[in-house]
Amino acid sequence: MEPLMAVAIGLLYATAIFMMLRRSIVKLVIGLMLLSNAANLLIFTTAGMTRGAPPLIAEGMMQPPSGVADPLPQAVVLTAIVIAFGVLAFAVVLIRRAYEVVKADDLDKMKDTDT
Amino acid sequence: MTLLWIALLPLLGVLVPALTAQRGRSFCSLATAVLPATALVMTLLNVPALLDGEQLRFSVTWMPELALDLAFRLDGLSLLFNLLILGIGLLIILYAHYYLAKDEPFGRFYAFLMLFMASMVGISMSDNLILLWLFWELTSLSSFLLIGYWSYRSDARKGARMALTVTGAGGLALLAGLLLLGDMAGSFNMGDVLASGDVILADPRYPLMLGLVLLGAFTKSAQFPFHFWLPHAMAAPTPVSAYLHSATMVKAGIFLMARLHPAIAGSELWSVVVSLVGIVTMLYGAWFALMKTDLKGILAFSTVSHLGLITVLLGIGSPMAILAALFHILNHATFKAALFMSAGIIDHETGTRELKQLGGLKKAMPVTALLTTLAAAAMAGVPLFNGFLSKEMFFTESLATPVLGGVSWLLPALATLGGILSVAYSLRLVHAVFFKPAREEPPKTPHEPPHLMRLPVEILVVLCVVVGLFPAFMATGLLELASEAVIGSPLDFHLAIWHGVNLPLIMSLLAFVVGIALYWRHGNVRRFTQQFAGIDARRVFERILISIGYRSEQLIAALEGNSLQRYVGWLWLAALVMGGIGLVQITDLTGAAGNQPLDGILILGAVMLMFGGVATAATHRYRLISLLMLSVVGLFVALTFARFSAPDLALTQLSVEVVTMILLMLALFFLPQKTPRESSPLRNVRDMLLAGTLGLVIASLNYAVMTRDTLSISSFFVENSKPGGGGYNVVNVILVDFRGFDTLGEITVLAIAGLAIFKLLNRLRLFMPHSDGEGRVWSPDRYPAVLTSISMTLLPLALLVSAFIFLRGHNQPGGGFIAGLITAVALILLYMARGVAWAQERLDFPFQPVAVIGVAVATLTGLGSWLFGHPFLTSAFGYFSLPLIGTFELATALLFDLGVYLAVVGATLMILANLGKVTTAHRPVTETSGKDTDAAAATSSAKEPR
Repeated sequence: MEPLMAVAIGLLYATAIFMMLRRSIVKLVIGLMLLSNAANLLIFTTAGMTRGAPPLIAEGMMQPPSGVADPLPQAVVLTAIVIAFGVLAFAVVLIRRAYEVVKADDLDKMKDTDT
Repeated sequence: MTLLWIALLPLLGVLVPALTAQRGRSFCSLATAVLPATALVMTLLNVPALLDGEQLRFSVTWMPELALDLAFRLDGLSLLFNLLILGIGLLIILYAHYYLAKDEPFGRFYAFLMLFMASMVGISMSDNLILLWLFWELTSLSSFLLIGYWSYRSDARKGARMALTVTGAGGLALLAGLLLLGDMAGSFNMGDVLASGDVILADPRYPLMLGLVLLGAFTKSAQFPFHFWLPHAMAAPTPVSAYLHSATMVKAGIFLMARLHPAIAGSELWSVVVSLVGIVTMLYGAWFALMKTDLKGILAFSTVSHLGLITVLLGIGSPMAILAALFHILNHATFKAALFMSAGIIDHETGTRELKQLGGLKKAMPVTALLTTLAAAAMAGVPLFNGFLSKEMFFTESLATPVLGGVSWLLPALATLGGILSVAYSLRLVHAVFFKPAREEPPKTPHEPPHLMRLPVEILVVLCVVVGLFPAFMATGLLELASEAVIGSPLDFHLAIWHGVNLPLIMSLLAFVVGIALYWRHGNVRRFTQQFAGIDARRVFERILISIGYRSEQLIAALEGNSLQRYVGWLWLAALVMGGIGLVQITDLTGAAGNQPLDGILILGAVMLMFGGVATAATHRYRLISLLMLSVVGLFVALTFARFSAPDLALTQLSVEVVTMILLMLALFFLPQKTPRESSPLRNVRDMLLAGTLGLVIASLNYAVMTRDTLSISSFFVENSKPGGGGYNVVNVILVDFRGFDTLGEITVLAIAGLAIFKLLNRLRLFMPHSDGEGRVWSPDRYPAVLTSISMTLLPLALLVSAFIFLRGHNQPGGGFIAGLITAVALILLYMARGVAWAQERLDFPFQPVAVIGVAVATLTGLGSWLFGHPFLTSAFGYFSLPLIGTFELATALLFDLGVYLAVVGATLMILANLGKVTTAHRPVTETSGKDTDAAAATSSAKEPR
């Protein structure tokens, strides 16, 4: 299943990059969203894919059974998901402000900060 | 400990003028002087210990990874420089008090001055190479601020920029040099470096290191060919010139050469390079000092010349030459600071520094005339002044040294030539300003300055004379200490005015006779030199800068053509190259771990993921559909997490997916509705090619990593989660305990993003149009009954669930992040179902404090562990039992998670609710400015369609 997963992630990256290279602001935002999804999956899968063994310790035990999924990428990705939302929201509002100043949706026209 | 305070007090002094500027100039000047005066007294209190031969050191480990220690030393050399820096600094504070015009921001000036003083003291006392470099850079920056103090003047700005560029570039070279030096010596501790001179000299990298260090020293001390910034730095206010450009900063390079002398000076290379550069600088500076007609210009070039003289002595490097160099540092600082301050007084009282407009001032300013004449006599090296003594020593050493081999006789000859020029320009300075009748009238009627403004000059001139008359009594002790610090062993010497008739005395006499004659005929000399077109250093410098800027702009234009997309494209291309390089180095793509078997559900999931991605891109012209496809991707990402043992992630992804979709829906309404003209097919193909290739590279790398067993630090977390963190859910324990500091950073970022959005939306006015960009009319049913009733029913349930998920987070999937998101979604649903006005009435509190309180709770929890003597964010947990309820666990991690929860709720609501509010009267307005806002709110709510 690894090749399939890798291809899916690669494809997500490709679509994200393609969308980011469009000239419309809205597409840039969508591209960013795709990119964060793809990156989260990438980081998540680097530790390998484990089925049916969440990193939880059974009640009363000191350690989980061996072979549980790696908790570290999960912790990293968990915060990344939340942060990605914050950053995306900030980007949207910032782009809106920039649009207001430059009066152009076309990213090719956002050439300098002067109005 | 006093050492730390000596270094720290001037730094603290930066705050004093800033705090006291409101209370009037006199108070501010006095207050500013207190800390450096204290530091000076503390320095002097250490002298007895120094005389007893004690090693005064202070050291605290700062950043051991960077070999950076907060280490200070006070030896003879530091003592000499501290006395100069702090002593003359105090005089400058007094002088500047009178010099600056009434309406000039003196608080700022004093603050810059103190910053400079602090960095100089830092250089002088640093006992660590990196620390020394830090202070070195700080002098460049603070001198930039000081030179550019009159920032409305073009010459001040240009002069400041030039000084910063030259000394900053030199500083970079110095950093490289010091890193090499530390590497060669095996330590960045000054004592260790100075002790390992033999190892350093034998190292093959020695010439490179020497070149880099000297580059730093020469740029700072204005040695030829880097001298050109100094005359242009004269655009600074005169107190700055007197302080930085005569007594202290330009001596930093000299100081560095003296400080590192035991470590790096023992080679032929050093002697030849340093003494040659010094002699050229000395003659060049002296010649142009004679040619200049601007008072400060003359002094600037004469400073260049004297710095050259000191450099020659350091290049010669014999113990007596070092002694002469140190003595001349002291003497030059006294007479040159006095001369600069006199020049400032003349400028201040006459309104000009041009020799043409000055003349005959001895009648109007007799005392200043006397003081200036005495100081100039010291500069010319007239007997019975301090300048004479060090100049004689210079002549003696120039005769004795074999440094230039067969042409060593050249050195005394050139030294005498320097002496001649020095006499001539000193004479010219005094004669043209005070004695010769003026050719033009000065702009202001000259008169004596206020007595206290003259006091610093008087003190310095008295020093010149007293040291000149009683050198053995005044200077021997200090010089013994300083020379011992440089040479390493005590030096036996005797300072005396009269050594009998010898060759140096004859050289001096010759210098006087020829120098006076040269001034006598110097009109002819000037006419002769005027035939040659001069090179304006500033123009050359500016031209180089402009051409560098122009070339860079051309390069940038060629690369990205002002298009942000191409800019991003280059970044991706760089990523492609880097990733590709990594990929080709892998011999076998499939690693040892191999593949796991496929199953139907997984295939379906992956296909849906790919479908979602491709459909999002394919339908990008229909933004709503594109968004729907995007949500498919999000959903299947969540399912992937669920499938592969990450329940926490699945929950988080699901709830974030909801808020993200709401955000993007709002953004659709928010962002421009019309799409710009479509890209050309060629561009589409190009982008597809780039995106596709990158996707392939990433997929291959991902596959390669996935099929390999990786070394991970996770086992630590897994093993210690329960014993160390007291939680059964390892992911949550990592978040709130092991890596709590990271999480604290994350929620801070989230809260900041929320606050920034709140500020950016401030006063943004949007009017709800009738239809969207593609002509579809918005639904007339704004608050559908079904949604309204469901959201009301769901709210308590959702809150209950979020409380449940929050509480069990430490042991089961869940936690502050997820609970926060669920709460936020439930509240947002209320907004959507019942409208902003309705929700606002019932949720009548601002969200930004919630987010801030959340971050505060998390931080305070972390700080709490300090109370128990543990490091920041150490968690504690314990088990308590209550009757009826049974045993339960209480952990500080829960409190931390509460902070995370509050921050997430606050930030999410701040983002979404505020975005939703922009078309309504409840739009975020922080600065209520009365009528204007109310009127705006009224119009917008009137226009709001209902």
